[in-house]
Amino acid sequence: MKKLLSFVLCLMMLVCTLVGCAQFATNNPGNNGESGNNASGDEVVLNVYNWGQYMAQGEDGAIDVIAAFEEAYPHIKVNYTTYDSNETMYSKLKAGGISVDVIIPSDYMIGRMVEENMLLPLNFDNIPNYQYIDETYKNTDYDPENVYSVPYTWGTTGIIYNTKYVDEADIGSWDLLWNEKYAGKILMFGNSRDAFGIAELLLGYGLNSTDEAELQACAEKLNAQLPLVQQYVMDEIYDLMDNEEAYIAPYYAGDYMMMSLENEDLAFYHPEEGFNLFIDAMCVPSCSQNKEAAELFINFLCDPEIAGANMDWLGYGTPITAARDYIAPEVVDDPAAYPSNEVLERGQSFLALPQEVIQKVEELWLWAKTN
Amino acid sequence: MMKKNNPTPRRHLPVGQALLTAPYILWMLIFILVPLGVVVFYALTDANTGLFTLDNLGKVFTGSFPAIFGRSLWYSLLASLICLVIGYPVAYFIARQKPSVQRTLYMLVMLPMCMSFLLRTLAWVGLLRDTGIINGFLGLFGLGPFNLIRNTGAVILGMVYNYLPYMILPLYSVIMKIDPLLIEAAEDLGCSNRKVFTKVILPLSMPGVISGITMVFVPAVSTFYISQKLGSTGTTMIGDVIESQFKMAHNFNLGAALSLVLMVLIFVCVGVMNHFAGDDKDGGVVI
Repeated sequence: MKKLLSFVLCLMMLVCTLVGCAQFATNNPGNNGESGNNASGDEVVLNVYNWGQYMAQGEDGAIDVIAAFEEAYPHIKVNYTTYDSNETMYSKLKAGGISVDVIIPSDYMIGRMVEENMLLPLNFDNIPNYQYIDETYKNTDYDPENVYSVPYTWGTTGIIYNTKYVDEADIGSWDLLWNEKYAGKILMFGNSRDAFGIAELLLGYGLNSTDEAELQACAEKLNAQLPLVQQYVMDEIYDLMDNEEAYIAPYYAGDYMMMSLENEDLAFYHPEEGFNLFIDAMCVPSCSQNKEAAELFINFLCDPEIAGANMDWLGYGTPITAARDYIAPEVVDDPAAYPSNEVLERGQSFLALPQEVIQKVEELWLWAKTN
Repeated sequence: MMKKNNPTPRRHLPVGQALLTAPYILWMLIFILVPLGVVVFYALTDANTGLFTLDNLGKVFTGSFPAIFGRSLWYSLLASLICLVIGYPVAYFIARQKPSVQRTLYMLVMLPMCMSFLLRTLAWVGLLRDTGIINGFLGLFGLGPFNLIRNTGAVILGMVYNYLPYMILPLYSVIMKIDPLLIEAAEDLGCSNRKVFTKVILPLSMPGVISGITMVFVPAVSTFYISQKLGSTGTTMIGDVIESQFKMAHNFNLGAALSLVLMVLIFVCVGVMNHFAGDDKDGGVVI
């Protein structure tokens, strides 16, 4: 029996070594020779990892961005997968073992990933369409030198509510989410950053508080909401709000634009305490094996015509002014999608928080949701 | 399971047999023991320094975690018992049919398992929710809407529904093998129907009962998703917490510590159940 065991252990070690070598062998050319022959010749698989419901793929007669890209670059095959929050995407990349070429995280997550060396500097020679990006969206806090990211959208958070069930007198503030009249019909963000952001705004703190007492107070505020909350969700909001299973939900304005097509009774407002004004930008993570193809893809998405057609379906704000010509006028004129400057002044950005604060927030968030 | 009172002399495995078992042993080592080691490693190390610590395990016993563990155990125990009450008569009924009918019924029990577990749970959401099919139907008669979803009952219903086949199948295979002559003998010797059941059939089907409970309880206690979909914010189960630690919070260490404690709890529970089964003359559990 002992002999057998040692035999098996040896075999296992051998297998592990082989697997390790194989990985080394496949990783190496990707890291060294990325500027080489990938763009022409062999077929390349481009792994795009994006938010759910965040790129037009031919639904409702909209453009199919990926098909259009594959047509323009026949040697590149796009493998498209989705995530439901920045944190999910981060966890997956951080855990390793996967190869992703393009991601579209939000500002604060980009800042965090830059700090942790998880992003590759982009070669802007491959992204000539970067010239179309408005200056407002360059030299941001999360990427001051414009090295790692190309803005994809900008947007705001706010409250979506169903006018059939929610009294107009109750709206205006984030405290609608704490209104006991609607207990059980209120949805809440299923990620810590957005949820804490709402509590911070209500309590009058900044969106990037690192103060332990303030965060504790936020957690207690969120905990007080727990009995009223139907579910903590992300994109499930679509189904629940469209089917009137829930009446009130905080979410991103762009998604409201899409939801309102399904259910005309839905309305949206930017709460008076302020809201999160965010930019989501395209990046190439350090696990990418096809950086050049990734840059081609990013460049393609910055083409004003493509970006316009994409945003026309998506409903989020475009950082490319020239793209607005390709978006339906009722979208561009909608104050939810493109709020006035006066409203935008109430917006605040998320910044990357120190690691220990993120951990603390996650712990408090778990406590607030389960206690 | 090795019987203690009747030890067989230990022999070397013939080479052929050893070779045949090697793939499975290798499989076990790589995909069960090594990952288990990784879980233990994460549970006992600090995220930032990578050094040994008991902090993660300590956290498991603080805050709301003990209550969530308790809830998970309680829900799955309840689900197992309900499965037993529903499943036993079904299994008995199937086992008493003609072989051809048995095969058909057996397939019917298995049929739902051919569909994805997630889809089946989502289907219940569509049925139960306030604007769902059941409430919509009752609404035609001016009834409701009833509060069918987002409560403890819905979560238990989801578990019973999903895991019922795991109760019926082991019960069926044990009851099927009970010798009808034993039952006839009991009847001939004057046992009432009830006595026949309590003195003959039930004791003989105990291994099936125990293994059925184990097969339902173990996946149920570590389940996630069911309570996310059918439950409310107050029915969170430990599987959901573990999932969130890996998926969103990126706290592998706490997630691993929770998994480890859950694993130990499951082993203890299964051990206790096996102990009861061990009293039976057939010994171990049939899975």
